Amino acid sequence: MLSGVPDAVSLGNSDSPRHAAFVRVTHWITTVCFFALLITGAEIVMSHPRFYWGETGNDLTTPLFRIPIPASRNLVPTGYHYVMPDENGWSRYLHFEAAWAVVLTGILYAIWGLWTGHFRSNLFPAPGDRTWQAFLRVIAKHIRLKRPEESEAFSYNVVQRAAYLVVIFILFPLVICTGLALSPGFNAAFPVVVNTLGGRQSARTLHFFISAFLLLFLIVHVAMIVLAGFTNRMRAMISGKLITEKVTGGVIAGKMTSSSVTMIRQTVAEERI
Amino acid sequence: MSPVSRRKFVTAGLAAAAGVSGMAVAATLAKRYGLVPPDSGGLYGPGETLTYAAQRLLTRHSLAREFPRSMISKTPFANELAPFNDAFKRHQASGFRDWRLAIDGMVARPASLSLSDLRSLPVRSQITEVVCEEGWSYVAEWIGTPLAGVLNASGILPQARYVVYYSIEPDWWESIDMADALHPQTLLTYAMNDGDLPVGFGGPLRLRVPRQLGYKSVKFITRLTLTDSLKGFGKGVGGANAEGGYAWYAGI
Repeated sequence: MLSGVPDAVSLGNSDSPRHAAFVRVTHWITTVCFFALLITGAEIVMSHPRFYWGETGNDLTTPLFRIPIPASRNLVPTGYHYVMPDENGWSRYLHFEAAWAVVLTGILYAIWGLWTGHFRSNLFPAPGDRTWQAFLRVIAKHIRLKRPEESEAFSYNVVQRAAYLVVIFILFPLVICTGLALSPGFNAAFPVVVNTLGGRQSARTLHFFISAFLLLFLIVHVAMIVLAGFTNRMRAMISGKLITEKVTGGVIAGKMTSSSVTMIRQTVAEERI
Repeated sequence: MSPVSRRKFVTAGLAAAAGVSGMAVAATLAKRYGLVPPDSGGLYGPGETLTYAAQRLLTRHSLAREFPRSMISKTPFANELAPFNDAFKRHQASGFRDWRLAIDGMVARPASLSLSDLRSLPVRSQITEVVCEEGWSYVAEWIGTPLAGVLNASGILPQARYVVYYSIEPDWWESIDMADALHPQTLLTYAMNDGDLPVGFGGPLRLRVPRQLGYKSVKFITRLTLTDSLKGFGKGVGGANAEGGYAWYAGI
């Protein structure tokens, strides 16, 4: 079986969009929130660009590491004789508002994903792909910088699925837990979270690194979209339409029609044979 | 319009209507049960209201973590202070002998307490963490008398909803709701780590609110005012930090 080639049946009927409307809406809400969280998170870090491990840490204790930037507060020993503008007020407001929006969106997405079988059919690796060989085959294809086949635009390959699963079910829950463990009110009510993470400063340091992993994902995600065809992939996530150019050797430009989908489905079916 | 898209249209319309009316109902209920913070206006109001309402519904009575003596920080950080004003310097020169705490507003018996009055009230000692919004923190033992006892002794009027508290330093004031004001860990603190509270840490008197960020723990407290509304105080958002663009509720 060819990895990454979707089951002909999973293409659905010709009128169904590449991404369900619910996925598209939640995707873009998450995108907006993520950028808001990233920018405001960087602003907040700027007020104290030192990280510690354990429960406590301050200007008088030895940091685990420092980010070599000037701080936005003048008492922080950064080695710079320059104090950045203090933007913590609105940054904190926006950070928490965006966090609420993304968490509520995420809860709806999780319920919807379980309800409709989205996770099962689109994100958990397809039955034939649940092997390391299938995984390595996709990696090898990427290393050879092979552009994806048109047919692959209709589904995710096993590496994509793994990446999305890690982001949705590991990194997002972790970034939420480590973020909540920085709230004195939350810690009073649910001390088990911050204590399990090894203390408040450990939670802050982990929050920083998990955010960095999410940023890394974002960079790779966007890079892959650019490599696979930016306009087409963006269109698929905005309007749900996916325009295919190459069908069995010929070039068909323009809107995807029922017949072109049928042709693609036939092509896919043939390749599978 | 095909039947499918019409059905979708109707479904989306109903969902939107349900969402809008649901939010209207939620907003009305939140207002009635005192779950709307004074800085609920503007762009960040919805997020702030969600945070405050969620924490008041879920964590009203929870206690801040207290730590073993072994976790008291060897190097607590006092943070920066503006140069002291003349009034403070005079008190400092006389060893804070004449320092007073006034309690007024919506109380049956307004009062003025000296430091020795406060020291004669029931003592509470707790080892809690000071958490700055910048990200740093330290653990110290805080010794004082619970604010709740002082307020109850003055006779809180039933309509009181907030306690506004003032530093002797100008433009340094904050406010908390009654949930935090009557919370057993909210402490009028006069000692720290087995000694008098050092000036750098807010001595002679600091209001420690351990379930909120450090900026709510105002140093050099001289006055408490109980009120049913924060509208008449400054710009109406309940504190100097809130006026400077920071959240009024700092439980996050």
